[in-house]
Amino acid sequence: MIHVTINGKAIEIAEGSTILQAAKSAGIQIPTLCFLEKREPLGACRVCLVEVEGARTLVAACSTPCTEGQVVHVNSPKARAARKQVVELLLSEHDGDCQICERNEDCELRKLASDMGIRTVTFGGARAAPKRDASTPGLVRDNAKCIKCRRCVTVCNQVQGIGALFPQGRGFSTVIGPAFAGNLDGVTCVQCGQCAAVCPVGAITERSAIDDVWATLDDPAKTVIVQTAPAIRAALGEEFGYPPGTRVTGKMVSALRQMGFNAVFDTNFAADLTIMEEGTELLTRLKRALVDKDKTAALPMFTSCSPGWIQYAEYYYPNFLDHLSTCKSPQQMFGAVAKTFYAQKIGVKPEDLVVVSVMPCTAKKFEAQRPEMNSSGVRDVDYVLTTRELARMIRQANLAFAELPDGEMDAPLGLSTGAADIFANTGGVMEAALRTAYEIVTGRELPAENLHVKPIEGLEGIKEASVKIERTQPSWSFLEGVELKVAVSHGLGNTRRLLEKIRTGEVHYHFVEVMTCPGGCIGGGGQPRLTDDAVRLKRISAIYAEDESKKLRKSHDNPAIQDLYKEFLGRPNSHKVHGLLHTEYTKKERR
Amino acid sequence: MTTTCTCACAEAGPDEKELMGRLEEVLAEQKDKPGGLIPALQTAQAIFGYLPEAAMRRVAQAFDKSYSEVAGVVSFYSFFSTVPRGKYLVRVCLGTACYVRGGNEVLRAMKEKLGIDVGGTTPDRLFSLEVGRCFGACGMAPVLMVNDDLHQRVKPAKIGELLEKYRAPAAPAQEARP
Ligand code: SF4
Ligand code: SF4
Ligand code: SF4
Ligand code: FES
Ligand code: FES
Repeated sequence: MIHVTINGKAIEIAEGSTILQAAKSAGIQIPTLCFLEKREPLGACRVCLVEVEGARTLVAACSTPCTEGQVVHVNSPKARAARKQVVELLLSEHDGDCQICERNEDCELRKLASDMGIRTVTFGGARAAPKRDASTPGLVRDNAKCIKCRRCVTVCNQVQGIGALFPQGRGFSTVIGPAFAGNLDGVTCVQCGQCAAVCPVGAITERSAIDDVWATLDDPAKTVIVQTAPAIRAALGEEFGYPPGTRVTGKMVSALRQMGFNAVFDTNFAADLTIMEEGTELLTRLKRALVDKDKTAALPMFTSCSPGWIQYAEYYYPNFLDHLSTCKSPQQMFGAVAKTFYAQKIGVKPEDLVVVSVMPCTAKKFEAQRPEMNSSGVRDVDYVLTTRELARMIRQANLAFAELPDGEMDAPLGLSTGAADIFANTGGVMEAALRTAYEIVTGRELPAENLHVKPIEGLEGIKEASVKIERTQPSWSFLEGVELKVAVSHGLGNTRRLLEKIRTGEVHYHFVEVMTCPGGCIGGGGQPRLTDDAVRLKRISAIYAEDESKKLRKSHDNPAIQDLYKEFLGRPNSHKVHGLLHTEYTKKERR
Repeated sequence: MTTTCTCACAEAGPDEKELMGRLEEVLAEQKDKPGGLIPALQTAQAIFGYLPEAAMRRVAQAFDKSYSEVAGVVSFYSFFSTVPRGKYLVRVCLGTACYVRGGNEVLRAMKEKLGIDVGGTTPDRLFSLEVGRCFGACGMAPVLMVNDDLHQRVKPAKIGELLEKYRAPAAPAQEARP
């Protein structure tokens, strides 16, 4: 432990900590821009300059280690003036049009300028010409808004291990972007949107579907229904000033109804359906592997609901493609069921039924456009909005969010169990699958306190658990005594580490859950910004609370799902189901 | 009718496929060396005369780097070129002395005569055009260099004549073509 004084406050902190960390521990704010928690500080932007007594120059708080007896002044006139100058310089080179910028509500640069009281920009800096890159389904980039903080580079390269974005060129004309400042579709990118999630300004955003959705809502010839992913309800409130972790399910439903959707449904319904299909698939694979000694039954089986992960496997681990569950993601299962079963039920032609999704994710925009996602005969999901876009639409509709009553999802595609809610959290799909698979095999409830599998909850990058299967039902006796081993990873960097261990035979599992984004969908690339671990943990708790608030907490207990099988689908993994709810994957050349 | 082609393309040597083969050999040796990326790119440039996209993508793969990262390195160092170079590299000096004594007019005339911009290469791959910053011959400004030949007190009007000398040996063959 060493001792420093910041703004007159004595602070004791572990050796090796930075001034920024020390300040934070004492509740003292220092503005930052290029800094990202848990990553090596770049010390590039100089927005965090502070004065240290005895030092010749001001130092960057994010990258300067504390030393014994150090005396730091965050708000000395010199430090304040220097920080202001840094931000003024950024503004002078920035193609600012805040009034009409996508980012104007939560822009960090705009906030810095306003917090510092900058009212004039004195430098006449050279600005890069606006260059819009809308080459991919999920994202739009505009280099003229980029302030070169490199957070996107760090996330894409270090957290996701993709490296689609890097500084190109040198000096003033450096551009942060894909190879040779070209378009994103010229390089490998899995559309996860984590770059957009960390960008402090309007330089990377989702590709908006807002105009299309308003247009289809205004079209009297269309029946327009909406599904909302589980992660939305734990984050949407942040866009309206609620603290992170506030559940706003009921208000969200009311807002969607008032916006004009003909029915408000839940991706959760399809998440329960996914568990039925994926659980059955896992048990079938186990039987083929353990009883039939079938070498083609690829284990471990991997979850397949995260489209960024699917693309990652297609690009980087094609040898693992037959390990992926063939289940479509809940979003796509919903679309396929809505445009067949539900369309029939209400007597609407699939081409007149429009399915809109609200997703925490930019990769879902890509997923909906995959050519094979048309098993209803038309596009199964027509438009995908992010959480942020939904918030914008609610504002555009002049709805006072806080005043909205709590609404209920419509039946039948809006009914779900708590097992579906937890799809939003890292570890959640696995927990939901275990709740159902264990009960199918043994006839008893999963022996876990409050149905939570603690070792696979939380933000550890790679997590594992095992469940001993005993006293099985007669038809599952081949699993008697088997120790079911599972693992969970989130973030593609962690996933790569896990895959390498599996590939080299260092570890063995039966079932592995992979989520593209850190924290799972609650930390998706389409969620309210800025998502740090504190926010992630609050959203995660909100999701578990939502689960615990449900009367039914196991997917197989969902009566609407039972009816769907009875009336329409037959049995899980049946032939009809395969056409609608399952899919296949293709090896892709890296670009 | 057969014509023996003696234009620059013949001198560009073996075709890209064969060159890719040579790149593979080099990569097999270099790819496990730490810090080997830049040397490998330099070797690739030596093999092809420039860095074609296919070669850069191959190098990226061999070093388990993304194409964007490799592109970042290539675009950072001015000694890398991603466009084919001509047989002759023309560099017009725009250092202070040359600039003051009409370097810009020389450059304009050169662009016009070659029909290319700075950074470009003529379609016959004979000339590439770059600008330089002082060749240490300020007393004889404005100057330009064609490969290692220094041309001093260049007059914009005489650019055509100056270039003819480099074109000359290939000229007859070119005239003979249909
Ligand atoms: S990025 Fe921020 S500062 Fe720039 S125009 Fe948009 S809102 Fe304004
Ligand atoms: S979407 Fe993901 S993979 Fe693509 S550039 Fe952004 S962070 Fe990288
Ligand atoms: S695109 Fe955004 S995150 Fe990336 S460097 Fe520019 S401002 Fe920073
Ligand atoms: S936040 Fe410290 S230098 Fe950018
Ligand atoms: S300025 Fe041209 S040679 Fe010095």
